[in-house]
Amino acid sequence: MSEVLVLIDHVDGAVRKPTYELLAIAKRLGEPSAVFIGGADQASGAAEAVKKYGAEKVYTVDDTEIKGYLVAPKAEVLQQLAEKTSPAAILISSSFEGKEIAGRLAIKLKSGIITDAVDVQSSEGGPVTTQSVFAGNFTVQAKVTKGTPIITVKPNAAAPEEGDGAGAVEEFAATISDAAKSAKIVASQPRQASGRPELTEAAIVVAGGRGTGGNFEPIEGFADALGAAVGASRAAVDSGWTPHTFQIGQTGKTVSPQLYVANGISGAIQHRAGMQTSKTIVAVNKDDEAPIFELVDFGVVGDLHTVLPAATEQINKRKG
Amino acid sequence: MNIVVCVKHVPDATADRRFESDNTVDRVGVDGLLSELDEYAVEQALQIKEKSDNPEETKVTALCVGPEKAVDAVRKALQMGADEGILVSDEAIAGSDYVATSLVLAKAISKAGEERAVDLVICGMASTDAAGSVVPAMLAEQLNLPQVTFASVVETQGDQVRVKRDGDTATEVIGGTMPLVLSVTDQTGEARYPSFKGIMAAKKKPLETWSLSDLGVDAGDVGLSVAWTQVEDTTERPPRSAGEIVKDEDGSGATALTEFLASKKFI
Ligand SMILES: Cc1cc2nc3c(=O)[nH]c(=O)nc-3n(C[C@H](O)[C@H](O)[C@H](O)COP(=O)(O)OP(=O)(O)OC[C@H]3O[C@@H](n4cnc5c(N)ncnc54)[C@H](O)[C@@H]3O)c2cc1C
Repeated sequence: MSEVLVLIDHVDGAVRKPTYELLAIAKRLGEPSAVFIGGADQASGAAEAVKKYGAEKVYTVDDTEIKGYLVAPKAEVLQQLAEKTSPAAILISSSFEGKEIAGRLAIKLKSGIITDAVDVQSSEGGPVTTQSVFAGNFTVQAKVTKGTPIITVKPNAAAPEEGDGAGAVEEFAATISDAAKSAKIVASQPRQASGRPELTEAAIVVAGGRGTGGNFEPIEGFADALGAAVGASRAAVDSGWTPHTFQIGQTGKTVSPQLYVANGISGAIQHRAGMQTSKTIVAVNKDDEAPIFELVDFGVVGDLHTVLPAATEQINKRKG
Repeated sequence: MNIVVCVKHVPDATADRRFESDNTVDRVGVDGLLSELDEYAVEQALQIKEKSDNPEETKVTALCVGPEKAVDAVRKALQMGADEGILVSDEAIAGSDYVATSLVLAKAISKAGEERAVDLVICGMASTDAAGSVVPAMLAEQLNLPQVTFASVVETQGDQVRVKRDGDTATEVIGGTMPLVLSVTDQTGEARYPSFKGIMAAKKKPLETWSLSDLGVDAGDVGLSVAWTQVEDTTERPPRSAGEIVKDEDGSGATALTEFLASKKFI
């Protein structure tokens, strides 16, 4: 069986959940080989972590020489690994960095690329991807027809599967060109943990828009009662009420939780693009003609500032 | 400074976007416009020009690859304030994938820089139709330049570029030296509307149309038939069935909401 390369998404050696999702997909396509580009002292910890999710091989690449140099060196590493292993596919998470690496790699390997897959299945002619396009109004099935399929995958495209792989560690020494060492990270400030679930991973998302008038307390209280992540429309972000990392939609995050609650959000197409595939949708909006109501399983026409605190109280009471 | 802004002509996101029978995006039946996310790129190019030591010496060229009617995207950029426009149009390009698109853009940028080297290529963070966000990085690879993508704040000083980028796990400050490829998000600040003066002035600005042969690109290297990816099927999402909507009266809304969530086992 051919190897499938999975680029490990990590922060200082701590492997992020999307990596495990990629490994679950890799198992469908071939033999999962994880690629760790990072500090030599962090490699064994990361290798242990991905082994538990089925990595048969782990290529470790010491990044001392390239750390801080953005993605061009990482694309060179993957290119050289791909030339060595002739993988059946290369899977990368759909983060900013993941997409940059994938884009460069596709040109280097003269290979087709598919971005933002929400599902990947194997077929005789290679991996078949599913993408959600036009603000979630269409799904598209596609295939790479030339070279090594390079696929960037959205969070939650697959459930992580525990199960030991061989996890054989192999150090890989890549040769990095000077040209790749140009754009540089000058400073980096880790995002502060909110204490709530990650937006893209949460089972429940409670979001607020312009209708909050800048007061997110009812949103946060309701979210905490449900154990939910907090999200926002761009209008709320543009007004400076919440950080951009909370934004849901075309130019923010895409979420597909079990339950999405939109409060004081009108339901513009660009917002829908980020939440339309949620399983159950609920809205609270004081305008009974707000387009968001076209999407909902349940809607309350009312003022979020009274409805949400009252509902929060009732939920907390029920939980006892 | 010589700046090229890549602008895409896309089907209007608020219209009923569709696919053709060959699974390519319907670019004829739906009204098109300059991708809103590229307006931010035009805006940043204009701001860099205006803030530079020598605005008169700085040229902003809007570059678009697309069918003939895509010239509207270039015109809009000229109306906003770009100095010159280029449309690369050729029947052979129809149905091109990311790779072919980045190749054509790269060749056009090289040609645009024949007399005066291009210092900065600016793109939007994504197109509003394909939304792949990979063309800027591919373009950088084709041009053998560094890239800095998804900038939410852009600052330039001489040939130095500094941007802020809000990633999933950290906020980063990234620095690079021109020439480079930059992509900017909708957080960079609202794009200006064309003024009446701008609209009138745009009519007199140079606007060229190039074909593949002008760029020395072989028609056999682009288009749907040689795409490195293939769409097998497109399916419209079934409309969501109408849900229950209640009007809040004296607290009834909160109770109904709680009941609903409990019935679905969310509590
Ligand atoms: C290129 C582009 C990209 C974009 N990307 C995104 C994106 O990623 N995400 C995104 O969200 N938007 C995006 N937008 C913006 C989008 O078009 C809308 O402008 C935005 O989603 C509106 O946010 P909103 O629903 O909070 O505000 P509004 O549209 O102003 O709606 C506010 C709603 O709150 C209701 N309301 C007011 N007061 C109350 C109250 N007290 N109680 C209950 N309801 C109340 C109102 O009835 C109204 O329906 C983008 C736009 C463009 C052009």
